[in-house]
Amino acid sequence: MELFGVALSLLALFAGFGVLIGLLFGFFGMGGSFLVTPALIVMGYDTSVAVASGLAFVFATSVIATLKHRDLGQVDYKLGVLMIAGTTAGIEVGKIGLHWLEGLGLANTVVSVVYIGLLGGIGVFITYTAVRGGGGGISHDAEAEADADDIPEIAKTIQSYRVPPMMRLRGGIRVSLWMILGVAFATGLLSGFLGVGGGFIRMPALFYLIGVPVPIAVGTDLFEIVFSGGIGSFLYAIDGAVDLTIVVPLLAGSALGARLGAAATSIVDEDEIKVYFGVMLLLGAVAVAVREIGGLIDAPVLQLVSLVIILGAAALVSGAVVVSSVRQLRAETTTPTRAPD
Amino acid sequence: MFGLENATGVEGAVLVIGVVLVEAVLLYLGYGLLERLLGPALVDALRGD
Repeated sequence: MELFGVALSLLALFAGFGVLIGLLFGFFGMGGSFLVTPALIVMGYDTSVAVASGLAFVFATSVIATLKHRDLGQVDYKLGVLMIAGTTAGIEVGKIGLHWLEGLGLANTVVSVVYIGLLGGIGVFITYTAVRGGGGGISHDAEAEADADDIPEIAKTIQSYRVPPMMRLRGGIRVSLWMILGVAFATGLLSGFLGVGGGFIRMPALFYLIGVPVPIAVGTDLFEIVFSGGIGSFLYAIDGAVDLTIVVPLLAGSALGARLGAAATSIVDEDEIKVYFGVMLLLGAVAVAVREIGGLIDAPVLQLVSLVIILGAAALVSGAVVVSSVRQLRAETTTPTRAPD
Repeated sequence: MFGLENATGVEGAVLVIGVVLVEAVLLYLGYGLLERLLGPALVDALRGD
């Protein structure tokens, strides 16, 4: 049976996959191309079609997730625009560095090692600090002032450099414009150098370096992806590489998942978000390492193993997000209201 | 799909990305309406009420 000339089973498969990715994307502000592109390549699509369709899908999902985060008051547009400016400059410099390494014939090795090290390093750091931090965490209320105890030490140091002009951000944070542009430039540099979207770098950078509360970091990161994904997919679409039979059903599923994921950020405890994010990155690092080893020793089966690790991690973490949300909702219902003294 | 299989160039890209953007906005509105209609009942069910 077919719909729009595409097998219904394939449409259902993409829509189901879309729900999974949308949930992670709405919850973490990352994970779109990280999951879609390798899956499409393993399914037999050309690399250019897989990359282009993945980017178009990420663009559309980030539009939906950003609108949802906006409804929850979790997008800081001023910070988003500054991040776009700094990131764009950083990407250009990162690309220059990549071309220089290509000239030396070292690009693949260096990029792979840095990518795995960065994914694994950020994953370990986030998981460690979240587990060590115990309960508490920054308020889920995006309008609330951030508690000084919940701002990471690095962010406090960065906030202490009062080089004018100072910018007031959501959550009552005041940071120098130059510090924001510096952090944005550094994340863009890594993004351009590694050739990745950079959500996994930017979201932690917004929290750990600038001190933005996690839900606002996710919402603002998604806002930035709208622009980077939009420009990237448009450039690929000029060459006719975007396949709508992939993007349309994926998006139908991810739109639902992104809504659920974004809503879950307001329910699940902050430290749990960080633990899930860290675990995703750690498993992502393992998957990329397996894929690189597969390429090195010419063992295509390791590409499949890598994809299974990525999809398994995605299914595991999104399942954990759903279970945590339901548990939290039930806990809110069963917690008795304390009578006034 | 939608007769855009061979859409290339700037005009083709505008059409393809336009379709994707329109779908995104329609899905956001459609699922938003569904959330408003069914959301409270679903949350109550999840809470075990």
